[in-house]
Amino acid sequence: MSIEANEEFRPKIVAFCCNWCSYAGADLAGSSRLAYPADVKIIRVPCSCRVNPMFILRAFEKGADGVIMCGCHPGDCHYSTGNYYARRRMTLLFSMLDYIGVENGRTRVEWVSAAEGVKFSTTMNEFVEKIHSLGKNVRLGDLRCRN
Amino acid sequence: MQELIARAKELLANGTVARVLGWKAGDLPYNPEPAYFEKEEDFKDFVYNGFCGANLSKYMIEATKLEGKTLVCLKPCDTYSFNQLIMEHRVDREKAYIIGVGCKGKLDIEKIKKQGIKGIQSISGAEITDDAETLTINTLYGDKTIPYADGMLERCHVCKGKEHKIYDEIIGESKDTKDADRFDEVSRIESMKPEEKFAFFQKELSKCIRCNACRNACPACSCRKCVFDSNKFDSSQKANVDSFEEKMFHIIRAFHVAGRCTDCGECSRVCPQGIPLHLFNRKFIKDIDEFYGEFQAGEDITVKGPLTSFTFEDVEPSVVAERG
Amino acid sequence: MYKIAKENLPALFQRIAEGQDLILPISNGGQVNYGVWTEDADVDIETLKSVKSPKDAFFPQSENLYTCVREGKKLQITPEELQQKDFVVFGMKACDIQGVEVLDKVFLSEPVDTFYAARRQHGTIVAMACHEPEETCFCKVFGIDAAEPKADVATWLIDGELCWKPLTEKGETLTKAVADLLSDDAAADAKVENEKSAIRAIIDKLPYSDLSLEGWNGDALTEKFNSPVWEELYKPCLACGTCTFVCPTCQCYDIKDYDTGHGVQRYRCWDSCMYSDFTMMAHGNNRNSQMQRFRQRFMHKLVYFPANNDGMYSCVGCGRCVEKCPSALNIVKVIKAFQNQGGENA
Repeated sequence: MSIEANEEFRPKIVAFCCNWCSYAGADLAGSSRLAYPADVKIIRVPCSCRVNPMFILRAFEKGADGVIMCGCHPGDCHYSTGNYYARRRMTLLFSMLDYIGVENGRTRVEWVSAAEGVKFSTTMNEFVEKIHSLGKNVRLGDLRCRN
Repeated sequence: MQELIARAKELLANGTVARVLGWKAGDLPYNPEPAYFEKEEDFKDFVYNGFCGANLSKYMIEATKLEGKTLVCLKPCDTYSFNQLIMEHRVDREKAYIIGVGCKGKLDIEKIKKQGIKGIQSISGAEITDDAETLTINTLYGDKTIPYADGMLERCHVCKGKEHKIYDEIIGESKDTKDADRFDEVSRIESMKPEEKFAFFQKELSKCIRCNACRNACPACSCRKCVFDSNKFDSSQKANVDSFEEKMFHIIRAFHVAGRCTDCGECSRVCPQGIPLHLFNRKFIKDIDEFYGEFQAGEDITVKGPLTSFTFEDVEPSVVAERG
Repeated sequence: MYKIAKENLPALFQRIAEGQDLILPISNGGQVNYGVWTEDADVDIETLKSVKSPKDAFFPQSENLYTCVREGKKLQITPEELQQKDFVVFGMKACDIQGVEVLDKVFLSEPVDTFYAARRQHGTIVAMACHEPEETCFCKVFGIDAAEPKADVATWLIDGELCWKPLTEKGETLTKAVADLLSDDAAADAKVENEKSAIRAIIDKLPYSDLSLEGWNGDALTEKFNSPVWEELYKPCLACGTCTFVCPTCQCYDIKDYDTGHGVQRYRCWDSCMYSDFTMMAHGNNRNSQMQRFRQRFMHKLVYFPANNDGMYSCVGCGRCVEKCPSALNIVKVIKAFQNQGGENA
């Protein structure tokens, strides 16, 4: 499991995608043969509102270098209002992470509809690039998961 | 205090209440404990002074499940917590008789001891009735005098005001002891560089012993079973194994009470390691105020909390990065 | 009797820390706790009580037992190594040392706890007499003499000088290693005697020093266990673990597994009888009310432990719980409550 010194840094990125828009968007990106890095691990959730702040912290605990949450555009939520609540929660949580010194580039929220395969792929490319520039996440992770 | 005792005895005698929740004198000059009084003779130990800092709203969660009404002594800031508990259906208003007690700022024995005072034998000036601005402390190593304000809890320096938000009657005068801005420290941290912020919190949280006092004393932490107490959860609630665990615990603790925290300051008061836990809660309060408009939990029970409501025009999470 | 000037203590610490770990009271963020000495550590030997007791040096709050790593279909199990490096704990008080004696009874009796035993074997304790005891102290009640701690080396901090007296073989070895920093001073003996009587005089004046333990022993089990006093006493308890985690003698622990994603780490961590999952078993919990859990703590300290250990109490009167309980409950209040109720229950 150890990373050799000369090996290129491959970030671990967790993307929480809502079932109705963003996951379908990822699907479309795939079927349209749009490339995005394999470093992104998608976790499908029923709605962006399902994402508990603990999920985000857990991802970091287990070694994620960046966490992104994708949901339907505000106004388009399958359950009408889920993403509005999620928006408030994530704003506060990301602000808190920033406050305790975790670089704010490591967290991101993006609204991606089922038709936006291109947006999905560009978002992921951008995000992976950002995490590349930030490097390994050393501030928020459980040491026991490292080796 | 005599007026309070007389009234409590009267309400107990005429059957309005079945018990009184107040404070019992301790065996040292500064350690009164929360206690129930059910008989007239129990009141010989009743005390209410500057060291009665505990927020009794927390005890009302269990007390209002008992038979009959409970008379509870609440300080102005405690009433916010009680209101919040009503909103969350954690207490039964019908089973509480609230006496709003006067407050001129509560004392922090740790802070007093930090000023080099030890071997305390007696303290005068802590009584709620007197207007003395100084505490005279008689110790084994000589007498010491300090201004009352120098012994006050941090939360009293940012007092929310002398008004009781909910009560059946008020006994005693209150004083607004505010002499600082509660967001000053939060703003100071916000302006630090990421590595400085990280170093600051790492240093503070490294002291955490996972005793859970902050959680258990918090009136907003009223879950029957806390997620951190679950045995299916591989982060232990009691082990300080890795610096991550403490961060996770304190972020989640503060997040779970975000929008519900009345900033009563109990978490910081009870922390045995003196961790300024209010800095987490106040960060959320400050952000909520900035993003979604001024909000004080427990002030008005008809207003929805900021995390259980939304507007279509809310800021996007990217605001955090843009703010820099 | 040897002595060293207070300003030379950093040199002493540096010397001790060569080749071994030095654990001593360090101030961090306004609180004093025992920690490993480093050159930039803010050492504080003046504060009487550390927040946490120094029992961490021998019985850490969390420690790994073994690690399993999975690679493919292979499973590799690595037991944690026992303590092999010598270390010195500096500045322990008489009560903390009695606390270690209590832990010895638990961990060194059969079956011996090897992790603990290895630490005891490699640890040297340099004790410090309590210069100015505080109102929360009640070590005298348990027959502990704060003026003359019994350890490998005993020290007294008097007027800017640390008087140093080795008491055991380990203590002699340590003294030899730092001999050139110490000076021999026959006059120090008289100074130490004066300091001892001054300390004892203060202790006699402390409010808790005349506390009576009458009626608290192994024979009092059923009478104390069934007393109605507990129902009243436990009420302010918030069920946090502060008292148990600052205590120098609380020795209950839990063993847990942590899923690292590529294996498991089995570790043990202090447990607290105040917690709802204390001694949880497959069938559930055998103490399911806070009253029962609260009672457990004090019955253990004052009844069960003396019953199994020739009358030795597992409270040492350090007073940490007295200072730190968020609800101002403590063992002294418990003892007093039973005194006051004595007549009614007899």
